[in-house]
Amino acid sequence: MKILVVAEQRQGKWNPVSFETLAAAQQLAEKTSGSLVAALLGSGVAPLAEELAARQVDEVLLADHPLLEPYTADGFTATLLQVVARASPDLVLFPHTYQVRDFAPKLAAALGKGMIGDTVGYRYENGQFVFVRQMFQGRTNADVAFAGDPPWFASIQAGAFRSDLSAGRSQGKAPVAKIAIDLEPGQIRAKPLELFREAKQAVDLTQAQIIVSIGRGIKEKANIALAEKLAKLLGGELAASRPICDEGWLPMDRQIGSSGQTVAPKLYLALGISGAIQHVVGMKGARTIAAINKDPNAPIFEVADYGIVGDLFEIVPALIALLESSGSQ
Amino acid sequence: MKIGVCIKQVPARDAPLAIADDGGWIREADIGFEMNEPDGYALEEALRLKEKHGGEVVVVSLGPERAKQTIKEALAKGADRAIHVVDAGFYRLDPLASARSLAEVLRPESPDLILTGLQSDDNGFGQTGVLLAQLLGLPHSTIIMQIEMTEGKLKVKRELEAGWFQLMELPLPAVLTIQSGINKPRYATLKGIMAAKKKEIRSVGRESLGLADQPTQKLQRIYVPQKSKKTEFLTGSAKDAAAKLLEKLRHEARVV
Ligand SMILES: Cc1cc2nc3c(=O)[nH]c(=O)nc-3n(C[C@H](O)[C@H](O)[C@H](O)COP(=O)(O)OP(=O)(O)OC[C@H]3O[C@@H](n4cnc5c(N)ncnc54)[C@H](O)[C@@H]3O)c2cc1C
Ligand SMILES: Nc1ncnc2c1ncn2[C@@H]1O[C@H](COP(=O)(O)O)[C@@H](O)[C@H]1O
Repeated sequence: MKILVVAEQRQGKWNPVSFETLAAAQQLAEKTSGSLVAALLGSGVAPLAEELAARQVDEVLLADHPLLEPYTADGFTATLLQVVARASPDLVLFPHTYQVRDFAPKLAAALGKGMIGDTVGYRYENGQFVFVRQMFQGRTNADVAFAGDPPWFASIQAGAFRSDLSAGRSQGKAPVAKIAIDLEPGQIRAKPLELFREAKQAVDLTQAQIIVSIGRGIKEKANIALAEKLAKLLGGELAASRPICDEGWLPMDRQIGSSGQTVAPKLYLALGISGAIQHVVGMKGARTIAAINKDPNAPIFEVADYGIVGDLFEIVPALIALLESSGSQ
Repeated sequence: MKIGVCIKQVPARDAPLAIADDGGWIREADIGFEMNEPDGYALEEALRLKEKHGGEVVVVSLGPERAKQTIKEALAKGADRAIHVVDAGFYRLDPLASARSLAEVLRPESPDLILTGLQSDDNGFGQTGVLLAQLLGLPHSTIIMQIEMTEGKLKVKRELEAGWFQLMELPLPAVLTIQSGINKPRYATLKGIMAAKKKEIRSVGRESLGLADQPTQKLQRIYVPQKSKKTEFLTGSAKDAAAKLLEKLRHEARVV
């Protein structure tokens, strides 16, 4: 089995999920007694290709072209079609990043193939890969197998594999092959303009020791006062899942998750948050996670140290009463 | 300006999920359904663009008969007409097959702009919009948080990870996948609901599209994941559970 991993960098910086994907690919290559090729796309990224070459791969394919910086879906698809033709892999693996979401399905479809996206695990049975992905917002898993001939395409969710498997054990350097890429400005239809961050950041939740975070289970804006009171008694900050900020009930800078803040408080208390992966990536680094949710199967309990299955509108007032009577510490 | 909006009906968010005995899908009998959340934002964006630039909003949905209810909701909010690709077994389709079905009915419409949600709540493929763009030969951009249109060109704001954004310019026609939170979706008015009754919903059987069956992946089984983390569940009355939690946080985790 020949496996091709497409590593991701932006403006010369690695996206760390690349290395988790590489670790997954190393396992797969080992299981199938196969080979592993890593590809890197960009402009002026030869030094990064050398770094990749030291990470236990058999070969690095470098596609270095001025039109690959900044990223465009058209540029990356046209380039990867050439990389895939050259490597003729059985399996192409991507880190499941926003950039990969933007072009990988297009690449696969351009070859008449499909992609199994956002996978969290795999099995290799009877010469066939079965990938595991989440469905219904993480409430169920699904086993999915490829149908039809290779190349097959799959992407790997952030956090699903540990990257350190691939980091330390370098055994010499793989050759780096720079491939001549055929790419014309006329092939790129979208024009990327400036990259920026929204300026005003009123609170810095990354410094908070205690965070009380609310999700859609809070039901109404008026109920936020309840969570706010609890946060105050605990001496913590209030945060939220995305839908709460989408509604405008709390400002965007209190949103936790892949498109919000990443926090690592001593205590993260999740109230009525289901625990979708895009939320969990922003808070799983908390030292202690406690969750209150009425659904015993809510995925938030997968990361919680302490859980209460119940109605937050009964439990939060009870917590408040206890804190008020004991005097918060 | 003609805008196509892809709308999917998905299980209601707080519906209790039970997996069907064959593990192929969920048990649909006792649950409610609703419009996929980002699709509601995509619809709102389409309606606003129409209000500003004129034209027509055409809703496209692939699903079983029950999806009509969600289509009607979109019409009540202001979409002009709808195409329903009917397939009772739609959930067996892989992302490419499902996108091909939608592309097949969108192609003859030649919309100036196609909007989809960025991800469906049930399958969560996050692929359909990008696949549509490829199948229809159109440029695209994903996870969009703002759309401006001037002189046949789009200027959009793309969401990236960790609070980053990027502005992009695209020619029309194009496909955009819309992120939740881009706008404040309207509610259907009584007048809208009445008007929707006269709007066209064209039903097309998926099998009549004449698409070859070429699956690229097969969903083998859906199941509730095994918990790998040991969560300590605190039980009892609300008061008891709350007291136990505080006790743990104070004396075991020592974080309060
Ligand atoms: C590209 C992308 C980026 C995203 N970025 C982010 C992000 O940065 N941050 C983020 O949070 N999300 C993000 N999301 C959205 C994410 O996928 C989920 O949709 C979102 O996190 C769900 O929020 P929630 O848990 O509040 O709501 P829901 O999933 O609706 O969960 C509500 C929970 O409340 C529980 N509940 C209801 N009532 C009660 C009650 N009375 N008592 C106790 N529990 C109750 C329910 O059981 C349920 O588990 C992103 C999605 C995508 C596709
Ligand atoms: N069966 C469907 N009918 C209509 N639109 C769909 C369907 N499946 C997916 N879509 C659209 O594609 C988006 C992304 O879905 P997915 O690729 O399944 O995550 C959704 O938000 C919808 O806008």
